[in-house]
Amino acid sequence: MTDTTAQKTDATIDQPIIELIGMHKWYGDFHVLSDINLKVARRERIVICGPSGSGKSTMIRCINRLEEHQRGRIIVDGIELTNDIKNIEKVRTEVGMVFQHFNLFPHLTILENLTLGPIWVRKEPKKEAEETAMMFLEKVKIAEQAKKYPGQLSGGQQQRVAIARSLCMRPNVMLFDEPTSALDPEMVKEVLDVMIDLADEGMTMLVVTHEMGFAKSVADRVMFMDEGQIVEENTPHEFFDNPQNERTKLFLSQIL
Amino acid sequence: MTDKNASTSRKYLKPPVTEVGVLGWLRENLFNNWFNSLLTILTIYSLFLVIPPLIKWAFVDSLWFSDAAACRDIDGACWSIIPANARFIFFGFFPEDQQWRPLTAMILLLALVLYSQNRRSWNKLLFPIWTAGLFVMGWLMHGGLGLPVVETAKWSGLPLTLMLSLFGMVGAYPLGVLLALGRQSRLPAIKSLCVVYIELIRGVPLISMLFMSSIMFPLFLPEGITIDKVLRAQVAIIIFTAAYIAEVVRGGLQAITKGQYEAADSLGLNYGQAMRLIILPQALKIVIPPTVGILISAFKDTSLVVIIALYDVLKTTKVTLSNPKWMGYSSEAYLFLAVLYFIFCYAMSNYSRKLEKALHTGR
Repeated sequence: MTDTTAQKTDATIDQPIIELIGMHKWYGDFHVLSDINLKVARRERIVICGPSGSGKSTMIRCINRLEEHQRGRIIVDGIELTNDIKNIEKVRTEVGMVFQHFNLFPHLTILENLTLGPIWVRKEPKKEAEETAMMFLEKVKIAEQAKKYPGQLSGGQQQRVAIARSLCMRPNVMLFDEPTSALDPEMVKEVLDVMIDLADEGMTMLVVTHEMGFAKSVADRVMFMDEGQIVEENTPHEFFDNPQNERTKLFLSQIL
Repeated sequence: MTDKNASTSRKYLKPPVTEVGVLGWLRENLFNNWFNSLLTILTIYSLFLVIPPLIKWAFVDSLWFSDAAACRDIDGACWSIIPANARFIFFGFFPEDQQWRPLTAMILLLALVLYSQNRRSWNKLLFPIWTAGLFVMGWLMHGGLGLPVVETAKWSGLPLTLMLSLFGMVGAYPLGVLLALGRQSRLPAIKSLCVVYIELIRGVPLISMLFMSSIMFPLFLPEGITIDKVLRAQVAIIIFTAAYIAEVVRGGLQAITKGQYEAADSLGLNYGQAMRLIILPQALKIVIPPTVGILISAFKDTSLVVIIALYDVLKTTKVTLSNPKWMGYSSEAYLFLAVLYFIFCYAMSNYSRKLEKALHTGR
């Protein structure tokens, strides 16, 4: 398993792992995303911010086809997203996703939440899947809760479980859709810490968040979206200290 | 988790005590003002008027195992009608020397139900065990392979009621779930087919479905081909109940948040896996109470098969009452039937409550 991944990485090291080319999306008549162009290199960490309704969540949801785009191209790790269900399922196993509201499966234990994907999609034997799951639970520091149900955990714990659930699928990219927005303030840090660990290990990450401290310390690039367009993108340093666009300046003055 | 130990300086007080002992409870709940006191006294008085005579009729002056003639001389209940006619009430026209067969089949059926009510037996063995059980039951009821054949026209009484209801439920439930899924389908053909089915069936009384199955349906069959009457009634019950189950299950499906579908999708599960592993287990759990309501009423509705001349346990009891020897003891007979139906229905609703509790996972 590791061998093939290594070979693939060598061969495609210079290719962007995610590429959006001239991508548009409409909800009915409403033009949500307009001419999105984005290249994400392997191991790159990108933070996307912007006012609500700016299309930032919609954009990352297009990358694993939770939303359908109407024009342009989306290529993930060499696989182009088309209507072909085979391609969509392949992309989804490449890409992990963490949601604002965790979306754990309430009828399954934590361990079952983690092993479900590996067993049914990756066809791993149960024992192996459970070992992997315990390994990742260990990593998000929650292994002792493995037999509990999601309803018995705090929000921060649930979100860490959700991250571990995605990692069990061995994704090459992780998408985070406002992972800390639904949490009580004192639980934000435990989730961010897990995300920082993940970044340090070289995971490719696209994070929609309002946690500017996280953006400053972890991101390689920060993007600002407004009205369905990427208005500005830069290194965190330049982005926060020297914003170019008026709308970015206004946004930053409001949240910092 | 650790806050309990952390704040040792904090005092935890007991809630205030508002009532003490039986007398306190009585005063609080039954005699807390003049109107409630009056109601309490009136209720006690009317219970005093009703209960003793009822007990006298049912237990003191009653006969349990006598012949019909002895019953003429008493004022109380003649429960003897049940044991004296038990064979006919329970087994109807099934040949008397062969009645051990439906008895065994019923015991087997109840054993299977008891076995499968334990969630630990819900595994890969369950399906083969039921298949084998059904095969044996079918053989016992119908005969062949060494047993004399008994035609389905002679199947009657309790076995008929139990079989019609159990297979009605077991057949209607999955069909109803499929219809509910179909109604949510994005494919217009499947969706409209399911909508038409559900609305059409729900717009028609069960009685007319039974009539159609027994009178109209054979007219459409080519000459010489007949489908068994019991089977036709069974199919009508399944088709009818499934439409109701479908709508209840649809309600459960709508209660599942979009996030659950998205989480399943983003893990790469396909439609079938997402439904089977994520959506349906949650949706079906939510709708356990209304589903059991439908199954209970389906159980009671099987008594409607009398109108197409099938002799279920209600009809065999009525036939017993038309025997001149036992005429006039209908209160006893119907009370007995009520208790019989109650036992089955109560067992179902009791089990559903237990199941709900067992499947509860917090939140």
